[in-house]
Amino acid sequence: MKNLLLDGKMLTYEEGQTIMDCALSNGIAIPGLCHLPGLSPSGNCRLCTVKTGGRYVSACTEPAIDGMEVECETMELSQVRMQLLRMLFVEGNHYCPSCEKSGSCRLQEAAYHEGMLDLHFRPFYPKREMDASHPEILLDRDRCIFCALCVRASREIDGKNVFDISGRGIETHLIVNSASGKLLDTDISVEDRAVHVCPVGAILVKGKGFEIPIGRRLYD
Amino acid sequence: MIRISTCSLAGCFGCHMSFLDMDEKLADFSDKIEFDRSPFTDVRKMGKCEIGLIEGGLCNVENLKVLKEFRENCEILVAVGACAINGGIPAMRNHFSLDSCLREAYVEGIGIENPQIPSDPELPMLLDKVRPVFEAVRIDYFLPGCPPPAEAFVILLEALLKGQKPVLPENLIRYD
Amino acid sequence: MSSVSEEVDLLVGRLGERPLQILVEIQKTFNHVPTEAVEGIARKLGLPVSRVLANIEFYSFLSLEKPGDYVLLMSDNITDWMAGSRSLYSRLCSNLEGIADATKTSCTGMCDQGPAMLVNGIAVTKLDENRIDSIADLVKRHVPLSSWPREYFHVESNIRKSGWLFESGRRKVLEGQALLQELKDSNLRGRGGAGFPTALKWASCREATGEKYVVCNADEGEPGTFKDRVLLTHCAENLLEGMALCANIVGAKRGFLYVRGEYRYLESHLAKMLRKKRSEDFTVELHWGAGAYICGEESALLESIEGKRGIPRVRPPFPVTHGLFGMPTVVDNVETFCAASGIAAGGGKDFRRFGTDESRGTKLLSVSGDCSKPGIYEYPFGVSIEQILADCGADEPIAVQVGGASGACLDASEFGRKIGFEDLPTSGSVMIFGKNRDMKEAALNFSKFFAHESCGFCTPCRVGTSIIEQILESGNGLAEMPDLAGILKASHCGLGQSASRAVMDMLKKFPGHWGLS
Repeated sequence: MKNLLLDGKMLTYEEGQTIMDCALSNGIAIPGLCHLPGLSPSGNCRLCTVKTGGRYVSACTEPAIDGMEVECETMELSQVRMQLLRMLFVEGNHYCPSCEKSGSCRLQEAAYHEGMLDLHFRPFYPKREMDASHPEILLDRDRCIFCALCVRASREIDGKNVFDISGRGIETHLIVNSASGKLLDTDISVEDRAVHVCPVGAILVKGKGFEIPIGRRLYD
Repeated sequence: MIRISTCSLAGCFGCHMSFLDMDEKLADFSDKIEFDRSPFTDVRKMGKCEIGLIEGGLCNVENLKVLKEFRENCEILVAVGACAINGGIPAMRNHFSLDSCLREAYVEGIGIENPQIPSDPELPMLLDKVRPVFEAVRIDYFLPGCPPPAEAFVILLEALLKGQKPVLPENLIRYD
Repeated sequence: MSSVSEEVDLLVGRLGERPLQILVEIQKTFNHVPTEAVEGIARKLGLPVSRVLANIEFYSFLSLEKPGDYVLLMSDNITDWMAGSRSLYSRLCSNLEGIADATKTSCTGMCDQGPAMLVNGIAVTKLDENRIDSIADLVKRHVPLSSWPREYFHVESNIRKSGWLFESGRRKVLEGQALLQELKDSNLRGRGGAGFPTALKWASCREATGEKYVVCNADEGEPGTFKDRVLLTHCAENLLEGMALCANIVGAKRGFLYVRGEYRYLESHLAKMLRKKRSEDFTVELHWGAGAYICGEESALLESIEGKRGIPRVRPPFPVTHGLFGMPTVVDNVETFCAASGIAAGGGKDFRRFGTDESRGTKLLSVSGDCSKPGIYEYPFGVSIEQILADCGADEPIAVQVGGASGACLDASEFGRKIGFEDLPTSGSVMIFGKNRDMKEAALNFSKFFAHESCGFCTPCRVGTSIIEQILESGNGLAEMPDLAGILKASHCGLGQSASRAVMDMLKKFPGHWGLS
């Protein structure tokens, strides 16, 4: 059996596991937005940044090594997470009071957990396109954090290619696979896993908004 | 007595309502605090205060003027609620040009009689974009929520009255 | 001109499963990528339309919109700024108002003869007011590029100092295992800056199983470097020889030469060299970059050859075991392959005569900025900045930027430092700032560069580089910089991790330029 030390706790893991896998299989949650067991790891949100050997690595992609020492719950890393969360909030348009995902949003929950009270950075207020073309599914790009979970779920689970990340830098955006660029013209179906993996309110099933009363939602 | 001023910039007074939701706690505070400039008192001129509570973001030049006045007169300035902190619902107009917002509201919208864009010189000039208050002045503390729960106001005031830094427990940090 | 669909058919036939190269060719022919081509390529290659679109929107030199007959891109490196590019750019824009649009592009690798621009992908050098006015006039009169004055496209090599590499012989005396041993003994390290031992890389790839590839990284996008431009011009045979020797050692049949799109003017020359060096055992294909600095990162470069957006891969696994198409791949830069072929010809002993214990051999430096003799200088490793400054005719410089925008900024007190893996590892960019220069400008330029070139994959780099640009543009929030630099260290790849390095150096060493004490 192989071991690593996470915040001083000795954890066992199996060969081939990442630091994140190791933590999860030991019942420890490392914060993260772009990781979902069952999908290939990506490492784009960097929220699971941990420190090992004096450098930052993303726990969801870094292979566990026997005897490695990993820090996660430190002041320094909490500050890194806080700034990353603020960056995610300012680069998009996140108006929680008007978002159906509010209360069940992983971005929000992670920010609550870190104790984020303010944005710190100037919000970018980008102009992004909403796609309401599909009768059952809404794509609100204002809230997209480019975690690519939908991209991966569509490819790896649904066997489709509905989503892709396009552009680059701060112009990065989510696109869909149709000549018109509209969700309606893709082969997406509301049962697809891709529709249900969004950590924020960018992909929503229509007609379900505010179904659960405030106070009983996932992260209330 | 600790003097407190409050104002609502581009906000809906919801945060003020939530402040009043402190209910009996307000009675406890009543012998420790008094209001200076505030919609609660309808006093429009402000003097030196220990605490200023800002609701709402910046949508016009009048907001900016009031905010600066608060900063000059208050030792501690607190941004209260989603709008003050990130622009909130009013900032959803940032998606559109000012002109198209005005046209939609006063010219092209449904059921508009005598369409015209208001241009009275008494009206404050609108800012190009709605912005959070921290971009214009230094803010000492932030109280998130839409509105922040009454308990959050209690924690804020109790800490500030004791001269301590307010610390919100995780269950009181809410963005909606 | 053939129709779009005919052209797509033709290109798919010629280039096969290489969507990015097909897009590059379509862009070259039509000055944009028509929607018809997007759909045609997707259909022919069985790709999602979104994948083709994502490529077009990722690479700067590909565009969906038809710009007119001319695509005018002004090189926007700090050395271009220093030579007056910004006022020339305004002049060009006002000259062409309502007729054509000019935009800016990252460093085009003509720093020793800037300001420079790309016209329909071809480099134009030594811009001045006359040249700009004349270009505007040619554009207005719709004069085809082939009828423009030839001297506009003339690119000088400016080899100011040549040494072992330029002078090494071309007749190989060593190959295979013997060469591998010689490379090991010679301690040749990768010339891209990271300095990985070349023999170790080649040996690891040799031991890996699967179809092997040899890839040459000629995507030098680091602002201020242009050595590959000169090596491709003068030493392409050595380079191809180096790649073939590597292929022979690792057992590869196929190789790729990934050249940055800015050097498209070298196309016929390179095609000729490839024909000349063609062999039964090993074929090298040209791959043109399309305006993405990040593709200089080896795993992003492999993604790009595979026809995807240039997003750096998660490492490990490394390319030597899981490289191009998931197969064992050697990726080395131009100078490294040239050095390997030099060692094959002259032996390691000759090579070892130069340099230091840690850094054997010589290094090509691309010198530009405030000096009288900008160009390529070949020095033994261990050369001091002082020596370089004296040789290139720099008059009382205040700062030297070593290693491009991602490198270090040195002030005058550090000019005794030496080029080499043990002190200043670098891909070879040396940009000099004279006594009247404002380092605020350099910091702003680099911040714009990183914001533009961030691939957008990970949060700290995607957002952080834009925040830094905002801060340097407005001058507000400079106190935030150390914190932001710390967060950028959490980036996915080296681009993000080094994006704040030069700016931090400049803030620390030249506080007066920002009015800080």
